[in-house]
Amino acid sequence: MHWAQSFRKYLTPITESALAGVIGLAIGAVIMLGYGYDPGAAYVSLFKGSFGSIFSWAESLANATPLILTALTFAIAMRGGLFNIGAEGQLYIGALAAVSVSLIHLPYPLHLIVALLAAMVGGMLWSLPVAILKLTRGVHEVISTIMFNWIAHFFAFYMIANVLTDPMRGEKTISIAETSRFARMLPGSSLNYGIVVAVIAALLVLFLLWRTTAGFELRVAGHNPESAHYAGISRRKQVLRAFLIGGVLAGLAGAVQVMGRPPTYALVTGMSQVVDLGFDGIAVAMIGRNHPIGIIFAAIFFGGLMVGGRIMQFSPGVPLELVRVIEGVIILALAVPELKRIFHFVRSKFVWRRASNGS
Amino acid sequence: MEVEHLWGIFFISLHAMVPITLAAIGETIEESAGLFNIGLEGMLLISALTGALGAEYTGSAVGGLLVGLSTGAVLGLVFGVINTYWKGDQLITGVGINLFALGFVAFMLVNLGAPGFHTVPRDVQIKLIPLGVGALSPLVLVTVAMAFVVYWLLHRTQLGIRIKAVGENPAAADVAGISVNAVRLGTAIAAGALVGLAGAYLSVDWFGAVTKEVSAGRGFIALATVVFSGLNPLLALVGGFIFGFFDGFATWVATYPKIKEIIPWQFVAMAPYIVTLLVVAGVIGRVRFPKALGTPYFRE
Repeated sequence: MHWAQSFRKYLTPITESALAGVIGLAIGAVIMLGYGYDPGAAYVSLFKGSFGSIFSWAESLANATPLILTALTFAIAMRGGLFNIGAEGQLYIGALAAVSVSLIHLPYPLHLIVALLAAMVGGMLWSLPVAILKLTRGVHEVISTIMFNWIAHFFAFYMIANVLTDPMRGEKTISIAETSRFARMLPGSSLNYGIVVAVIAALLVLFLLWRTTAGFELRVAGHNPESAHYAGISRRKQVLRAFLIGGVLAGLAGAVQVMGRPPTYALVTGMSQVVDLGFDGIAVAMIGRNHPIGIIFAAIFFGGLMVGGRIMQFSPGVPLELVRVIEGVIILALAVPELKRIFHFVRSKFVWRRASNGS
Repeated sequence: MEVEHLWGIFFISLHAMVPITLAAIGETIEESAGLFNIGLEGMLLISALTGALGAEYTGSAVGGLLVGLSTGAVLGLVFGVINTYWKGDQLITGVGINLFALGFVAFMLVNLGAPGFHTVPRDVQIKLIPLGVGALSPLVLVTVAMAFVVYWLLHRTQLGIRIKAVGENPAAADVAGISVNAVRLGTAIAAGALVGLAGAYLSVDWFGAVTKEVSAGRGFIALATVVFSGLNPLLALVGGFIFGFFDGFATWVATYPKIKEIIPWQFVAMAPYIVTLLVVAGVIGRVRFPKALGTPYFRE
């Protein structure tokens, strides 16, 4: 009975997310119709491109890898009642730190570990001032994280153009050293062992949140700040915890992206391979209901949309950007608790009809 | 430094002030009623696009501004309905609007044939008012007037009292016969219209073009300006000018030959964001926000 009970507990959020996904795809279809595209052909090519073969599965998983980490950044803060939208900037810093480690020479496993550590520390340090500004000056994290994102954006541009530049090719940074790269899991695909890092991180966050005192305190502080206060849970500690762990995870996201993704293993001018991963992570966290396991599935869904979106761009010619439109609609749908009521209403009608048919 | 340089910086600052202050005044109206909208950035972006298209379609710059304004009002309506009658989560709705805008504008730019960039023809851009020392956009005057009008509206009229009552104590306002949701929805639409005007100004007036990043964080700088102003539209004018100064200053320095070689442009470009952080960190202690800010109203 225990299993059935816990399954029922998870059923509602899963159906809600699925419903929001359907609404997103439906509005995406309406927009496509409005611009003279064929939504049927577009979605067929999108899902064939994302989950149609072993190779497309591998690409979808590769795209899911950084999203799992940036989504965890947002989710851990959300569990603590904080709205951290700073993964974007922290991930740039993590990627820069990982690339910088390739300036020195070290043997294989050590080099990779040092690069990961540097990225984690980089992301954490970029997140620290957000926590300090909130605790000492009461600056809302929505404002401070966005400002730090933009500062990181220009800082990264500077580093790519002036400090870490590849002496042979000016449009990119030096490539990550061979000794500091994640090996590919499927030859010819982008899927690499970075995904193991992401999944381990998700499991660690799961353990932290539901099996440790620290995680319990964080969740209480997020769920009911007043009770947390009377229970003697320090708000200062929770804010620091949520932002610092979040920074570590976002830094890792930047690192796995440059250390694992062929072919360049470097940051290019404009940072096309890392830009917006932080914001997509917010969407992934919301669809995954800020739960690490939910996030893994939501990230694979989104990774698939990104890969399939590229295919869709070729065959029916629908611009890839439509995927982000769908993402926005899904989030708007999830923001509405009323949706739950509408869903229950529809379900009760359906169940009622089935019951009356049976009699 | 010559005098015309000072005038140059002053005019750039005024022009950079417009979108930030207009959006901040809009946000001030809805925050007074208890709505916290972090979707300003996305609303600026979408209305910059529709404003540009509107100007081309109607063949007039004013037409473009009106299309941008209406777009903002519609987005305000969506935000308002979700967060009043549907009891939604305001922060999440704002993120949704921002993500939607990011995708939608990029999608539309691809459809227009020029990925990432669309120029507004010069003859449908707003004509600047020539003054002896430089040219001024009429929107600067509109912004200043708007600040005074909204100040008067919020602090000197019956409607303003109702808006603030809904933001401070919705339950008491409800008992006094004010429809909390209707007032909030109204402020969301009005705020959206102002943000939409600000967005259209970016494309139809200031830059004369739309890009994927035309808003460049100005929606969030506007949020910071609201914090700085403590919900006072007149101070939003001052805040907008300060942020506008650094925004314009960055553009100016980036093109000024002697300075360009000493300081890399990337560091100059960071200035508006660093200043925003410092200013917000400096003033925040004394600012008091409406009690019911950010929470939906449930009748008990």
